[in-house]
Amino acid sequence: MFQLDTDNPTLRLIVRYMVLTLIALIFVTPILFMMMSSLKPDQQLLADTSSIKAFLPIGDISFDNYKAAFERAPIGMFMLNSLLVTGVTVVLGLLVCSMAGFSFVFLNWRGKSIAFSIILATLIVPFETIAIPMLLMVSKLPWLGLDGFSWGWLNSYRVQIIPFIADGLTIFLFAQYFKDLPKELIEASRIEGCSWWQVYWRVVMPLSGPIIATAAILKFLAMYNQYLWPIMVTQQEQYRPVLVGLQYFFQLNTAWGEVMAYLTIITVPVLAFYLALQRAFIASIASTGVKG
Amino acid sequence: MKITKKLALTMLSASVLGSAFVSTSAFAKTDLSLWYHGAGNKVEAKVINQIVNDFNNSQDDWNVVLESFPQGSYNDSVVAAALANNLPDILDVDGPVMPNWAWAGYLRPLLIDEAKIADFLPGVKGYWDGKLYSIGLWDSAVAMMTRRSTLNEVGARIPTIDSPWTEEEFNDVLKKLKATGKYDYPLDLGMAESGEWFPYAFSPFLQSFGGDLIDRSTYKTAEGTLNGPEAIAFGEWWQSLFVNGYAPGNSQDPADHETGLLEGKYAMQWYGNWAALKNLNKFGDDALFLPAPDFGHGPKIGAASWQFGVSSASKHPQGASDFIEFALQDKYLAAFSDSIGVIPPTQSAAALTKNYRQGGALAVFYALSKAQALVRPVTPGYIVEAKVFEKALADIADGADVADTLDSAADEINADIEKNRGYSR
Repeated sequence: MFQLDTDNPTLRLIVRYMVLTLIALIFVTPILFMMMSSLKPDQQLLADTSSIKAFLPIGDISFDNYKAAFERAPIGMFMLNSLLVTGVTVVLGLLVCSMAGFSFVFLNWRGKSIAFSIILATLIVPFETIAIPMLLMVSKLPWLGLDGFSWGWLNSYRVQIIPFIADGLTIFLFAQYFKDLPKELIEASRIEGCSWWQVYWRVVMPLSGPIIATAAILKFLAMYNQYLWPIMVTQQEQYRPVLVGLQYFFQLNTAWGEVMAYLTIITVPVLAFYLALQRAFIASIASTGVKG
Repeated sequence: MKITKKLALTMLSASVLGSAFVSTSAFAKTDLSLWYHGAGNKVEAKVINQIVNDFNNSQDDWNVVLESFPQGSYNDSVVAAALANNLPDILDVDGPVMPNWAWAGYLRPLLIDEAKIADFLPGVKGYWDGKLYSIGLWDSAVAMMTRRSTLNEVGARIPTIDSPWTEEEFNDVLKKLKATGKYDYPLDLGMAESGEWFPYAFSPFLQSFGGDLIDRSTYKTAEGTLNGPEAIAFGEWWQSLFVNGYAPGNSQDPADHETGLLEGKYAMQWYGNWAALKNLNKFGDDALFLPAPDFGHGPKIGAASWQFGVSSASKHPQGASDFIEFALQDKYLAAFSDSIGVIPPTQSAAALTKNYRQGGALAVFYALSKAQALVRPVTPGYIVEAKVFEKALADIADGADVADTLDSAADEINADIEKNRGYSR
């Protein structure tokens, strides 16, 4: 029977890299399939799915699917909408949720424990169960904008942003992280005369890079992948995000090459965002045990 | 100089008056919002935009404003808009869903002259509760797609609309095709599809056996129709298709469904007119589009596609109905057919099309719609019945007990009807 010679460092390294390569392949192959398929005509794409060819740039390769995808749907507008909604929500969300977390950890106020429990309880409520009550609310809310006073938030960016700025998971993540910060640091800052705002902004937040990155990635993904809410609240094309745009490609005879081209295009911002923050994200997981 | 100044003033006054006149006539028009499910389909958009522009230019009262939605999320958008009291004036609705939207109060009856639709195919007329709620600009049909050479090879008779295959003949053809060993499966039913395809494509088999999703005489129960002897016979036949290896089951690869017939993996395919042209392009004169087999109670295929209706929220139902009536002109029906391959709903429109005119490559589909089409149950409860039926068929295909599965399905449908108090108004 084969026995692994655990004393041989070279063999250990080889085995380790083989396992890691296998795991990496599991995650990379769907993306590779998507990208390679986006370069092939439909007939070849479908014929290749049952073989290794599906992952290789061989055959009749071109960017025709990308050209057709841009002709079929206003991709630039959908991307811009998604990035705007996601970007604003992430920035405001990090600010609001970190403040809430700070308040729960460092400030003393009546009902704090109950409020925190209620916020934690929202984590187990699926969005689908509150979507309709939320729809009824936002359709009747007032708004004062540049064009004056109006009722109802439907068909706007604000209806896609404001309800999602604060969320239980992000508050929880910040609160957990803040709990592990040295109390002495906070006390010393207070003794030195810092206001609570200064403690938050000048002491706590600069020490919170990893959790900011983690929360930003998680919130970015949640917002960028929004589908149900936008189809409920945006009847006008000008406000639709990328995932609603994906539906433009599913017709009676679906053009799969175009679907893959569109998916490749809309995956780029997610990958770029993750790659930009991955060091801090990994540091956060390593230091707090938080899993995404 | 004076003359120039005077001329300038006169021109200015004329242009101001002119603009005032133009704006007055523009203001006189009332906007009508129109929601349409065709976002992402450029050729379809061209036709609907043409209709909207022609209508807006044809009169001075109404100005239709189009908003297109992707089909996959269209129904959810409409339901959400109805909840938020934000429905448009005109909307399109999938035929079998119409009764539910009418019952829920999203739609109001059309104010159009019904004499104008007298010669339309029955499947495109959206009647519910004795009133016309919607009307379609096209229909769709399903056929048994294959090749003449394939059938000749096993000595099978080529069925016609007047003389379709019987159950025995059809089963015999499947058996012989299987025996050739040339195909992965003799028949592609399209199990890789999901959702509405199941009730649209497969409930006609059940109806041809003598069963149905619901008792259409009352629309109050599925007992006896979905689980009676005829339905059980259907269920056993359905299961035999998978047990005998005649058709791929629920795990069918969608890629095979797209190309299996063209590549020779399947000998026959039960599919819709929208996929017919690629068969013609590949097989030419060898391509065949055959009628549904007759399982004892006449051959049946599904009917009713997307249709236009007027929302109950519209403050201008007459204007909205006028637009729909305007869209029913043969030239538009033919334009839709030529652009997206759908079946025109009138003979006169069919005559204007490339493929559905007499002798056209797809004329058989018009004939099939006329001869075999049966609309899905016209009841608000259909949307639940459709889902229950889909699950039951998938379970039976996977080997579930036929009688038990259909009993459970009938119970589930009855429970839904009871929960909604019989879907009475």
